Amino acid sequence: MIMNTANSFLIIGAAVLFILGIRLLSSPKTARYGNLVAAAGMLVALVSLHGPDGHFIWTRGWDLNYALIIIGILIGLATGAAGAYSVKMTSMPQMVALFNGLGGGAAALVAGLEFVKGLHMPLAPPWFIAAFMLFATLIGSLSFSGSIIAYLKLEGKLEKPLTFPGQNLVNSLILVLILGLCGWLAGWDTNPSAAGGFNLMFILALLFGVAMVMPIGGADMPVVISLLNSFTGLAVAADGFAIHNLAMVVAGTLVGSSGTLLTLLMCRAMNRPVSNVLFGAFGSGNTGASSVTGSAHQAVKPIQADEAAVLLSYARQVVIVPGYGMAVAQAQHSVRELSQELAQRGVDVRFAIHPVAGRMPGHMNVLLAEADVSYELLSEMEAVNPGMEHVDVCLVIGANDVVNPAAREEKSSPIYGMPIIEADHAKTVIVMKRSLAAGFAGIENHLFYKSNTRMLFGDAKASLNALVAQVRAG
Amino acid sequence: MDTNILFIFILAVFVGVEVISKVPSMLHTPLMSGTNAIHGIILFGGILALADASTPLAQALGFVAVIFGSANVFGGFLVTDRMLQMFKKRK
Repeated sequence: MIMNTANSFLIIGAAVLFILGIRLLSSPKTARYGNLVAAAGMLVALVSLHGPDGHFIWTRGWDLNYALIIIGILIGLATGAAGAYSVKMTSMPQMVALFNGLGGGAAALVAGLEFVKGLHMPLAPPWFIAAFMLFATLIGSLSFSGSIIAYLKLEGKLEKPLTFPGQNLVNSLILVLILGLCGWLAGWDTNPSAAGGFNLMFILALLFGVAMVMPIGGADMPVVISLLNSFTGLAVAADGFAIHNLAMVVAGTLVGSSGTLLTLLMCRAMNRPVSNVLFGAFGSGNTGASSVTGSAHQAVKPIQADEAAVLLSYARQVVIVPGYGMAVAQAQHSVRELSQELAQRGVDVRFAIHPVAGRMPGHMNVLLAEADVSYELLSEMEAVNPGMEHVDVCLVIGANDVVNPAAREEKSSPIYGMPIIEADHAKTVIVMKRSLAAGFAGIENHLFYKSNTRMLFGDAKASLNALVAQVRAG
Repeated sequence: MDTNILFIFILAVFVGVEVISKVPSMLHTPLMSGTNAIHGIILFGGILALADASTPLAQALGFVAVIFGSANVFGGFLVTDRMLQMFKKRK
């Protein structure tokens, strides 16, 4: 690796800024600042960008490639900024999936170009460099195609998980084929036929990304996006190894390892091993059993907005449990209004956020923050559950699986053992929902049939506005 | 193989795990989005590949890689900032 001293210092500086940035991102008070610090690290790394000959890339003369670089950066800047500023807060997870896919695609292209260039060299690079390029191509392209499938699923364009018998076997066969091709290609010579094998591997990797994500239900997309995010990080790190770019190795590895931990934390919150998320085809095959044992014959007790408003106004403690239904109904501003009205009447209002509520961990926090709810009112599941018996009214807005007592009571349930917000322990539970339909996991919710539960049917936003009006009038 | 780079890789693995082990779940989405932007450093790989491209095909693919990487890095940081600017205390 040829590097001059100034360059080394710049890269060390960039690495420190990345680490500091991620660190600051982990506290609500400093998070925004942390993002800017990481962006500053990116700028420093950009300045330090040097070619394989050790010269700064920016000092080379103008030619077509240089012009293409500038144009490409500007196009990416324009589309990225347009996407970032136009996306609705409810569609945030999709946007992250899309950006992640683009990064994965770029990582695969960079590795592929480097590999094909190596085929025409008189002296082949050593096998481990080839292995890094193949790894980056494989992981980058499956992250690209997998992220696009995840995006389509979250957009609701591919609602149903696609499963067929022997699917895991077929997927394993594709993977074995890919790995076999990689093994053969890693021992490449200056062999022109290797290009054909490489292209085949590239296509199979794209296909594998699709095949891997297709059978996974929409409820598990957060885990998938987090996993693909860490995959892209690893692909970038492998690219960095292959082209001797230290900044890429450090940044890619940081993302790869922190992303892997984040994925595991998310799975732990759902009490499911990663393997179960990826290969379990959850929410498609095993829902039949629980609907048989479900309590469809029991009646639910509906409630009207005026009565619900009275219950809320005269409560001492109210806990609001938001879920994806709140996001869909765009009801976060109405929720904030209701909480303010109640607070003015002296009611102690808190929000209980389940770690996997919504389509992504933190999804609810982002939405409520957008609606100007102070993050100090937001409590995590562990903080709320012990005091739930003293809560007068627990208002569940569009949340379903995360408050389903089946996770505690019914051993045969697919979500058995998942930590839930114990809404049913409150004195009264008001569930706002459009219908009695099952949640994303496809399981019937026992909470709806409990004796202390009242169902407030209708669109969450309309119901909330009615509640606000009633509380204000009362 | 240069073992220094491997050494740095191993250390970075541990730093990455350590640094996020205390993140509250409310910040998971911004954190994912922020790290997503950091792997946008692949833009540099695209720039280097395009700078060296000698065939039209390599130029075209390198150009696409630069666009993808640039959208990843700029879009990633901007969207994270947009999320985080809402995490402010109510006055």
